[in-house]
Amino acid sequence: MAPMKQMGWAVVTAPLALAASAIDPPLRLWQRWTGQSGMIVFFLIPNLAIFGTFVLLPLVINIAYSMTSGSALFLQDRSFVGLSQYATLLDCQNYADLSTCSQDQFWIALRNTAAFVVLEVTGLIVAATVTALILNREIRARGFWRAVFFFPVLLSPVVVGLIWRWILQRDGLLNAMLIGGGMEPVNWLIERNWAFTATIGVTIWAHLGFYTLILLAGLQAIPRDLYEAAEMDGTRPSRVFWRITLPLLLPNLLVVIVLSLIRAVQVFDEAFVLTGGGPGTATLYLTQYIYEVGFASLLKNPGLASAASILMGLVLVVLTLIQLAISRRNEQRGRLK
Amino acid sequence: MTRIAFLWQRRGGKGWHWTDVVTWLWLGAGLIIMFGPAFWLVMSSFKSPAQLAEFPPSLLPYVNSTVVVEGHENPLPLFTVTDDTGTRVLAEVRRVGTVAQMIDPADPETVHKVPINTREPVRSVGFAWNNYLDPFVHFDFFLYLRNSVFVTTMATLITLLTNSMAAFALSKYQFRGANAVLFVVVATLMIPLSVILVPLYSIISAAGLFNSLWGVILPTVATPTGVFLLRQYMLTIPDELLEAARMDHASEWQIYWRIVLPLTAPALAVLAIFSVVWRWNDFLWPLIVLSRKEVYTLQVGLNSYAGELNVQWHFILAMTVVTMIPVVLVFLFLQRFITTGIAGSGLK
Repeated sequence: MAPMKQMGWAVVTAPLALAASAIDPPLRLWQRWTGQSGMIVFFLIPNLAIFGTFVLLPLVINIAYSMTSGSALFLQDRSFVGLSQYATLLDCQNYADLSTCSQDQFWIALRNTAAFVVLEVTGLIVAATVTALILNREIRARGFWRAVFFFPVLLSPVVVGLIWRWILQRDGLLNAMLIGGGMEPVNWLIERNWAFTATIGVTIWAHLGFYTLILLAGLQAIPRDLYEAAEMDGTRPSRVFWRITLPLLLPNLLVVIVLSLIRAVQVFDEAFVLTGGGPGTATLYLTQYIYEVGFASLLKNPGLASAASILMGLVLVVLTLIQLAISRRNEQRGRLK
Repeated sequence: MTRIAFLWQRRGGKGWHWTDVVTWLWLGAGLIIMFGPAFWLVMSSFKSPAQLAEFPPSLLPYVNSTVVVEGHENPLPLFTVTDDTGTRVLAEVRRVGTVAQMIDPADPETVHKVPINTREPVRSVGFAWNNYLDPFVHFDFFLYLRNSVFVTTMATLITLLTNSMAAFALSKYQFRGANAVLFVVVATLMIPLSVILVPLYSIISAAGLFNSLWGVILPTVATPTGVFLLRQYMLTIPDELLEAARMDHASEWQIYWRIVLPLTAPALAVLAIFSVVWRWNDFLWPLIVLSRKEVYTLQVGLNSYAGELNVQWHFILAMTVVTMIPVVLVFLFLQRFITTGIAGSGLK
């Protein structure tokens, strides 16, 4: 078996090694010619070139793009309109009544996303904390239980969406179970509030294991002797939780909250496959709005889509800065210890 | 009684506490809620269309028993018929309205006319393998699978190469601007794909990569997380090793390829696993770049099947299972790498 395995590896590595040694002579020449700085450039160029072309350049273009109008794809063919795309996006006669807004879909998406973020992050954090606390107890087969909660994290959003669409549909498993239990069936994906709740529940289901894992790592980093000391003093378990566990878990908890906020703001895949934004606009979220306006709808308006994406980007930048600040503070604390 | 007492006794022989009840309830519910849906998907994927339409659904997939009768080309479905004369098993020849013409397999000459509400199909547990075979034969499923494999493999290889080269430069050389480069790398962590969709699309189109798999691959490979992870790992490799190699006239490229890369293998493995899962699961960007069926990846193809007017659930469920398989394999065999990767660095 072992030689077979080695041969299998050789099939992969031999061409790579051949290629690596083939480019060595020209690189030696380059090194002699340009010195170490030339080699640094050589090592950095591929990544930075891809980076620049597909991340930084689009970012710069995006700002210019959001100040143009028309349906032309390339920037040079578009007419400059200043900030009027932003004005269109934010224009409302009466902010209490979203149907008076010129882009009512944007406002609906914004409202849905805000509600989604608050509810999903709350549910996710509570569930992940409870799960992490339970997995941190002295239970049998902890590795197995951790795997149970982690399993959905790896599934693709499309798979997650389809699995739950199959379960939640009118003749699906959940309704069969409700009827079996003597209850009335519910049109989960057709009634507005249930569809909205379903997108929240399914997203929590899919991401729970990821955040549980980070929190569990935080719990396991709490020094054992603190608990032993508390036990010797005869401290009540609830007091141990509030005075030791929670304060020491707080740094991880903050990271997890901000991370989940960042992802919740961008909610798209699972919800899109599950409900397609429907019924009506009940589960239309910001990313889907950008996608629809920019690419899918008949009345394509790329300028408007990029204006909306920049507004969303601003929120994300703020959240990411908070996250970086927290992680840096955590690191410094860790070093002090 | 005492023999199974270990089930409820706690370690250390302490008594029960209400938190123990909560623990086991939570874990039990978790087992059902987390694994149940995927289990149900697999079970459903083996059911025939007729069985999928049944309500309430059965847990296990069944197939109707058939019998081959002389004089009939196709196997005939068997039914249990209950009427005044008692219960017998007959095979259906054809059905006209609410009446079926049925024969006894032992006596194929006499045709019985049976009202369909007096009969039940004879079934046994069995699997509708056609759900899995047909999409490969009659649909473009194989094409989607090939596209997904291509995207995942190429993107992962390029990610490993370019990220490790950049990480090598950022960890093993002191140069002016190193911090600036690092800052740019960190800054791009803030720019998720959903923020630059529209301009990225115009760049991809300008480069002629619209409807091309490379248009899916290239924007994803320069992952800042990958550069970061590898750089942190390479910082732990002692510089003396590199100096010794330079004494022996090794070129900088050889130092990278022969010394640093092999020593970075554990971190490369983690990045490779993540990259495979990320690229296999990608949805939004392929959905935008790929508009022709020939270049669809699995995820996009599945979504387009599920969006059809007449959803063919028996195929979709089976294809969903196939789409899930690589990720489940990663879960079963490489879970340890992933969990340590996440717990260590918050990688996702």
